[in-house]
Amino acid sequence: MLLPIIITFLLAFVMLLFKPQKMARFFKFISVIPLLLFLYLLSYLPAVHYGVKSVFFKNDWIPSLGISLDFKIDGLSMLFSLMITGIGTLIYLYAAEYLKKDENIHRFYCYLTLFMGAMLGVVLSDNLITLFVFWELTSISSYFLIGYNTNEEDSRKSALWALSLTGLGGFLMLASFSLIGMVSGTYSINELLTQPGILVNNEYYYIIISLLFAGAFTKSAQFPFHFWLPGAMKAPTPVSAYLHSATMVKAGIYLLARFSPILSGDEVWNYNLMIVGGITMLIGALLSIFHKDMKGLLAYTTISALGIIVFLLGIGTETAYYAACTFILVHALYKATLFLVTGIVDHETHTRDLSVLRGLGKVMPPVAIAAFIAALSSAGIPLTFGFLSKELFYGVTTGTIWTRESVFILTGIMLLTNVFLTSAGFLAGIRPFFGKLPQEFKKIHKPNVFLWLPPVVLSFLTLFFGVLPAIVDQTVINAATSAVFGKSTDMYLVLWHGFNMVLLLSIITIVLGTVLYFTIKPSNKNEGRLKGLDDFSPQTIITNIAVGIRLFAFKYTRFFHNGYLRIYILIIILFFTGIVGYKLFADVPLRVNTEGLSEFRIYEFIVFVITMIAIYIITNTTSRLTSIAALGVVGYSICLIFVFYGAPDLAMTQFAIDTLTVVLFVLVLFKLPPFLKFSNGKIQFRDGIISVSFGVLISLITLQALVSPADKSVSKFYADNAYVMAKGKNVVNVILVDYRGFDTMIETIVLSIAAIGVYSILKYKTQDGEKSE
Amino acid sequence: MERNRNNEKLDKTILRTSANYLLPLLILFSIFLLIRGHYLPGGGFIGGLIASIAFVLHSFAYSPMQTLRMFSIKPFFLIPTGLLVSFLSGLLPVVLGRSFMTGVWFAESVVVIGAFGSALLFDLGVYMVVVGVVLTILFTISENT
Repeated sequence: MLLPIIITFLLAFVMLLFKPQKMARFFKFISVIPLLLFLYLLSYLPAVHYGVKSVFFKNDWIPSLGISLDFKIDGLSMLFSLMITGIGTLIYLYAAEYLKKDENIHRFYCYLTLFMGAMLGVVLSDNLITLFVFWELTSISSYFLIGYNTNEEDSRKSALWALSLTGLGGFLMLASFSLIGMVSGTYSINELLTQPGILVNNEYYYIIISLLFAGAFTKSAQFPFHFWLPGAMKAPTPVSAYLHSATMVKAGIYLLARFSPILSGDEVWNYNLMIVGGITMLIGALLSIFHKDMKGLLAYTTISALGIIVFLLGIGTETAYYAACTFILVHALYKATLFLVTGIVDHETHTRDLSVLRGLGKVMPPVAIAAFIAALSSAGIPLTFGFLSKELFYGVTTGTIWTRESVFILTGIMLLTNVFLTSAGFLAGIRPFFGKLPQEFKKIHKPNVFLWLPPVVLSFLTLFFGVLPAIVDQTVINAATSAVFGKSTDMYLVLWHGFNMVLLLSIITIVLGTVLYFTIKPSNKNEGRLKGLDDFSPQTIITNIAVGIRLFAFKYTRFFHNGYLRIYILIIILFFTGIVGYKLFADVPLRVNTEGLSEFRIYEFIVFVITMIAIYIITNTTSRLTSIAALGVVGYSICLIFVFYGAPDLAMTQFAIDTLTVVLFVLVLFKLPPFLKFSNGKIQFRDGIISVSFGVLISLITLQALVSPADKSVSKFYADNAYVMAKGKNVVNVILVDYRGFDTMIETIVLSIAAIGVYSILKYKTQDGEKSE
Repeated sequence: MERNRNNEKLDKTILRTSANYLLPLLILFSIFLLIRGHYLPGGGFIGGLIASIAFVLHSFAYSPMQTLRMFSIKPFFLIPTGLLVSFLSGLLPVVLGRSFMTGVWFAESVVVIGAFGSALLFDLGVYMVVVGVVLTILFTISENT
């Protein structure tokens, strides 16, 4: 399994070698890649269904950290990966025609293939860390795809929104994974499945699931993070169809389903998913019908559908899991169809405005048929695949495990959601194709076969599975449910349950949805009503927070990074004095022992006096040259002290460095503006206090260090072994070139970088014509 | 103007004359410090600094441009060369089958140097880097100000 995924990634970059417009007609053949992957994965279906239930591929990566490239195909992975590659094949075909005239189509295919590889990685990885890596790759490739129209500001902005939200979620998810690894000692999902109780009963359980929820909810656009998904509709339509309805947004669902057998079992897990899913499905469905942009409408129905799946996973019974797995496939089929149809309509008429589009069925009959079937499936009309899943929903909410009140609440929410979804499906799938064809659309001819074939294939499958559910329920859906439920399941999709409560609810849904469809007229007025809600939307709140943080960062930076060297030094010294002084007085018993100090010799006293005079001159002179020369004097005095106390190496180095510093100063001196006195008496007083307290602190530390018994084993080791092991008598130098030679080498590299820095900063300015003043 | 220039020339006569003699002497001294570093105070870093000071003195007596003219290649190229020498000296024991940066000794008890081995080669690299860095910074600043 590793090889196909690696090849997919490699091929993604091969795409960049294609010449966009000249080779445009060859791009259709790229769809061979997802097709082959689809067939390859299909070959494992018998094993997953009849045999071992899962196929494991072992590949070590970093065994010492427990990170591997293990892959596992079980029912759930099979369901998702077949959807990714199967729908992918159709999208690849469609996009080749859709973007035929685009000059960056080779990049588009590169991103799309990267995305497909990453998505397969997410659903097939057995290792949590690998899963995270692929997860982030889907976010990144999706960023490029949403922002594909790079010269539109809206598109770039939406891409950034999507990336920041899913990236934030991914980050929290990584934290959750690390905790799981810490608690259970393994990153392997397969091993976690064998010990389900270990996480649920752990004290970190609530942190783990809340972080995991953050990852899943951001990716799957759950309330209150749902708003990035409508924004992501700025992407080219094939991307919306593929990523933002059929595959990527379902990654969060996949994550929750994958962890259901490991982490469910506590009420918090179930209630959280039910509440968030319930809110999301209701809000998404409610908001969808107010939109007149086809893509906007579909985006909100997608949010609602994702909410339904999360809701079902939250309920967590065998039937609920079964309904969820069925609906994942149902939704992918009809929603991808509707998006592709939208793309065709947009491509041919250059508008997606539902209030204008009418009667297109006369000019593009195959498209209309596909859209019609998809709309019926979304409404749950019998003989479509959607009917089966809707029956299951009501079966779950009216199940026997609930109390009377819960049945009313759950069924009520579900009914309401489905009514809205039904009319939204009709609005997108039926309304544009019926009625009177406006004059301006008369000239439209039938779209190219590669545009209309993919939605027709998908809608055919919707119908096919709806009539013959046995083809999928016994193979993929049952296996997927077992993987989510953790136990082997044996359920059937049944076409006819007889006259019962569930059927009645289905009929009520369809009737109410149809009535709503005829009452709602897509118009600007309805969209305008939504605008009023914007002030309270999560997007506005998050934007405000982000703006606030940026403002704070700006002020904070301005305060500390103000461009005045003297302020930087002041802050550093103050901070150091404060923190070290506190530690010294709070934690160390202060003992200053003047006994045993060597006597003050006369030449030391002279050096001391010279230093003091030099310091006085520095602080009082009005000439730069004088102060620099005086600074040099201080430096040389320190050299002399080094000499007195037996550190000739240090003294020589200090001497050379001091000389060079003064020389450097002199070089730039003449270019500086005339000497200005910035400081007044008050500032000098402040600086005086700060420097005196700093000096006192350092002296105290030095004296304290003399009192404390020092650990001399290290220096003794160096002194003893310098000659024996490194054949050198100068210990300092032996340390530099031998014991710690590696450090020295890296320090020389640092020096080189500094030189390159100086060189490039100064040279850059002159080349730019802005000679430094 | 003309007079000023002559004055300047006159002013610097002593400095220039002494710099002419001090330059080779200081460089010799820096090399001396470099090679004796293993037994006595000295070493590549100090040696490099002293050598740079020699060139700085020269550039004060004449001008940075004239000092630069003494180099057939830019001092900047001393930096990568020095890094390469240091790295190769560390690589030498690897060729001989020992781990990276183990000391390799060619001769012992050499006059002044003491033991002669890969450590000296390493120090030579440091020396070159230091000279390259200091002169690069110095000449860049003096060119651009």
